[in-house]
Amino acid sequence: MENVETTLMNKRILTFIVNGKKCEVAVAPNSTLAQVIREDLNLTGTKVGCDMGTCGCCTVIADGRPRLACLTLAHEFEGSRIETVESLNDKTMHPIQRAWAECGGSQCGYCTPGFIMTTKHLLDHNPNPSREEMKEALAGNLCRCTGFVKIYDAVERAAKELRTGAPVVVSPAPDEVRV
Amino acid sequence: MLLRTNGKNTNPHQKNRYTGESIVGKPVPLVDAHKKSTGEAIYTDDIKIPDMLHARLLRATIAHGNIKNIDTSKARAIPGVRAVLTGHDWPVTFGVLPVSQDEQAIASDKSRFIGDIVAIVAADSEEIAAQAVWAINVEYEELTNHQVARLGTKPVKDQVQEKVDKGHPGTNVHKHVAQEYGEVDSGFKNAGAVAEGDFKNLACSHGFTEPHSTVCHWTADDRLTCYSAQQVPHYLHRAMAKVFGLPMHQIRIVKPMVGGGFGGKSDPFPHEIACALISKFTRKPVKLTFDREEVFLTNRGRHPSEMKMKIAADKKGKISAFESDVVLDGGAFGSFGVVTTYYNGVLSNGPYYLPAFRYKGRRVYSNHPASGAMRGHGSVNPRFAMETLMDMAAVELGVDPCELRLRNFLPEMCFTPYHKFRITSNGIREGLAEVMRLSDWKNKWGKLPYGRGIGVGCAFYISGSALPIHWNKLPQSTVHLKIDMDGGITVHSLAAEIGQGSDTVLAQMVAEVLGVNMDRIHVRSQETDLAPIDLGSYSSRVTFMAGNAARDAAEKIRHDLAQAAAKLTGQPAQYFDFKDERLVCRSKPSVAVTFMEALHEAQADRGALIASGCYQSPPLGTEFKGSNAGLSPSYSFSAYICEVDVDPETGFVQPRHIWAAHDCGRALNPMAVEGQLEGSIHMGLGQALTEQMRYRGGQLLNGNFLDYKIPTPYETPEMDIVIVESIDPEGPFGAKECGEGGLAPIIPAVGNAIYDAVGVRLFEVPMTPDRVLRAIEEKKRAGK
Repeated sequence: MENVETTLMNKRILTFIVNGKKCEVAVAPNSTLAQVIREDLNLTGTKVGCDMGTCGCCTVIADGRPRLACLTLAHEFEGSRIETVESLNDKTMHPIQRAWAECGGSQCGYCTPGFIMTTKHLLDHNPNPSREEMKEALAGNLCRCTGFVKIYDAVERAAKELRTGAPVVVSPAPDEVRV
Repeated sequence: MLLRTNGKNTNPHQKNRYTGESIVGKPVPLVDAHKKSTGEAIYTDDIKIPDMLHARLLRATIAHGNIKNIDTSKARAIPGVRAVLTGHDWPVTFGVLPVSQDEQAIASDKSRFIGDIVAIVAADSEEIAAQAVWAINVEYEELTNHQVARLGTKPVKDQVQEKVDKGHPGTNVHKHVAQEYGEVDSGFKNAGAVAEGDFKNLACSHGFTEPHSTVCHWTADDRLTCYSAQQVPHYLHRAMAKVFGLPMHQIRIVKPMVGGGFGGKSDPFPHEIACALISKFTRKPVKLTFDREEVFLTNRGRHPSEMKMKIAADKKGKISAFESDVVLDGGAFGSFGVVTTYYNGVLSNGPYYLPAFRYKGRRVYSNHPASGAMRGHGSVNPRFAMETLMDMAAVELGVDPCELRLRNFLPEMCFTPYHKFRITSNGIREGLAEVMRLSDWKNKWGKLPYGRGIGVGCAFYISGSALPIHWNKLPQSTVHLKIDMDGGITVHSLAAEIGQGSDTVLAQMVAEVLGVNMDRIHVRSQETDLAPIDLGSYSSRVTFMAGNAARDAAEKIRHDLAQAAAKLTGQPAQYFDFKDERLVCRSKPSVAVTFMEALHEAQADRGALIASGCYQSPPLGTEFKGSNAGLSPSYSFSAYICEVDVDPETGFVQPRHIWAAHDCGRALNPMAVEGQLEGSIHMGLGQALTEQMRYRGGQLLNGNFLDYKIPTPYETPEMDIVIVESIDPEGPFGAKECGEGGLAPIIPAVGNAIYDAVGVRLFEVPMTPDRVLRAIEEKKRAGK
C-alpha cells in the first residue's frame, strides 16, 4: 500500500463551481467527489450510503448530468459545475423538495438528497414523465423505507407544479456537455 | 370499523366518528420532512467536532480462532496515529439483555466471526487510520468453525461461547424453550386435515441506507458524549455506564437523525463502546463510520431458522393442534436472542385460536455475526410457515383459504388460551373481507391461467413489549412538556425518531389535546440529558407507549390552562373546549380566550408550565416460566392478498399487485401509516424473493447492495393499502402499531400465490428463480 503521506503530498489545487460558487480545494489524487463535497466544502446534504455506486444516495448533478459522487474521483471534475441538494433550497424550497416533504417521500431521509437530484435531472429533461419513465430514471436509487410509492407521488406532484408555473431552471442537456 | 383504501373512506355507511379532532387523523407531513429534503438534516456522519480524530477497525479474518498475539508496533509508528487499542485494554463485557452479557468492545481472547473487532486505531485522518489498521499483525490459532447451527445442538469441540443453556452442556445451544398446552396429540389424531412442512429461512439484512456511525467525545471533566445512529439510546446509555463504570448521569447519548434502523440499530454495539474507549484514551473527539461492507459483515439480521411445523384442522375447518420445532442460528453472541427464541413460538398464538400448542425452540451459537432483531422480530419466519400450512390445510379440506382463516380468527376482546395475550380491538375480519373484495379474490383464486396466481397471508404483532428488558418499577415511557411565555411547546422524549415518524405523532397528539397548531410544537427526542427515559424504538412500542405518555402530559397542561380560562372568564373550567388556538366555553360559545391569554394567566404566579406524563403497561399474562414473552397491551392485525406472475420457464416471480389491510387501531397520520405499510411490503418482498446473505466458511460473499438484492423501483408492484381503524380502547386516540406487523404476511402471500400460479409449494425463503424452477421440475418428474 502506498504511504498515506506521499498521497497527501501529491495534492493539487482544483477549482470547481459548486452551487454557483467558485471553490478552490487541495485534492489528493484518490479523493472522491463525495469527499470533497462533504469533507472539504462541508456540504453534508450529499450522503454516502455504500461507497460503490449501488445506492444512489450521493447523486449530484455535474455539468448537467447525474453523477455518483462516491464513485468518481474529484480530479475528473476540475472546472465542472456541480449542483448538490443544497443548491435547490435557494431562498425558498424547490418544488421537488416541497413535494417530497408533503407527499411523504422521505421517511428516514437518508436517500432523499440523491433521489431529489436524480428527479431534478429527470424533470429538467422530461417535464411530464410516466410511471415507467420515473422507474427507469430512479432505478439507480435505493430507498429502504418507503417502498417507492410516495416517491412517485412526489415526483408527479413536483412535475405538475413545475409545468404549471413555478420558475424552472433547466440545466444543460447531456449532449451539450463536455463529458 | 372504519376502512380507508388509499386514503379514501370506502365504507360509506360508516361515518367517521372522530371528526371532532382536527390534527390527529390528518395526513400532515412529518415534522422533519422539510429538513430532510433540503439536506439540512444532520446525521451522525455529518457531525464534525474541532480537533476530531478518525477511527478505523481491524476485523477478524478467520471465523473462529484464538488470538495468540497482536503486534501493533508498526501501526503505532505511523505518523498521525494517535492510539491503537486491542481487547486487553478494556475487557469488560456487555450486551443488550441482562442475561446475555457476552460481548466486548474489542475481542480479547478469540474471534467468533469474520468481522469481529480485533483492534481499533484513531488517527488524524481516516486514510491514516486505514493504513495503520493494515499494519497490525494478528496471529490466530484456528478453532472448529461452526457454520451449521443445527449441528451445534449436540456436544461440539470448541464451543463458540462457554456459557450455554444449562440443559445442554458442551453444545452451542444458547437457549432452549419448550412449551405445551392443550391436547396436542389427540388434536392431530382426530384431524380432518394435517399440514406439515420443513421450512428454512436464510439470513437477511435490514439494509438501512445509513451505515453505522458514532462520534464519541470524552471530555476533561470526565464526561462522555456519544453521538450515535441508534434506535435505543437508553440501552446504549446503560451499556456505556456498565462498561466504563461511570454513573449514567455523566454520560450523554445523542441520537442525531437516523437513516433507517429496522432493528439493526437497536443493540448497544461493540464499535460504539470501542469508539468511546479510544476517545477516553486520546481525550479527543473520535468519529467512526462504517463502510457498507462492514455493515453487512456485522449484520444483526433476522435469525436464520429451520423449522418443522405442523398444524391440524378438524372437519369443520377449525384448527385443532399446532406443533413447531425451531432451530435458530444465533451467530456469535446472545444479542436479543433469548427473546427471539420465545417469540418464534409464542407469536404463533394469533391471529388464529389455537386450542393445543407444542413448541420447542433452540437458539444455537455459530460463527456467523450475531443474529438480532429485525422488523417483525421473531414473528416473520414462523408466520411464513404457519400461513403456508393454513393454505395447505385449506386445499386438503377443499375450503377457500380465506374462508378457512375467517373460521379461525380470534374474536375481539379475548385472551389467548394459555399465554393469556390480551386481544383488544381486532379488525382482521373486516380487513380480510375488504382485500378479498378489492382483489376480486372469489373470481381469481384457483381460476387464473397457469403462471398467474393469487395468495393470501394474515398476521398479528405486538404493539409494544409489555415488559421492559431491565426489570424495574419505572414507567416504560415518560414524556415531559414545557411551555414558556413564548407559547412554544417543547416535547421532551427519548422515543427515537428513526424515520418512522415518531416525533410527528407525538407532536400531533400534543397539538390535538391542547388545540394548537403544529408549528407551536418542538419535539426534542435526541438527547438523554434533556429527555426522560423511554425504552426507544423497538417492538413497535412508540406510538402506543410514548404516545400515551405524551397525551398524559398534555392533559395535565390542558387542565392548568382550563383553570386559567375559568379564572379569566368566570365559567367553570370543565366547560372549555380547546380548538384552533382558542379555549371556547361549550355552554356559551361567545365566551372564549386565546391560547396565549390562557397561557399567560396560568403562568402568572408560577413561570413556565411543565408537566410530566408517563405510560406503564397494565399487569398482563400469567405465571409460568417464559410467560412474559409476547405480552403486549394490544396487538395489530393484518391481512394481505398478493397476485403474482410466475414464469415456468425461468422460475422468475414478479408480484403484480398487492392488496394490504392493516388494523392499526387508529391512523393518527394516515400518510405515515401508508408509508410504513408500503415500506413493510417492499422489505418483505425482498426477503420473500431476492434477499439472502451468502456465506462460505463464514466469509460473507455478498456484502454490498449489488450482490445483496434489495427490490428496486422496477420490482415494486402496485399496492392498495387498506387502513382498518378498530379503535383500541387503550391506545392513544385508539392507535396501535403499524411499523412491523405489516411485513410478515407478504412473504406467505407470495408463496401461496406461487402455489396458485404453478402448483408448487416453496418451503425455503427467499423464493429465488432457481428454487422455484427446481420445485416446478420436481413436480413434473413426480407427475410422470
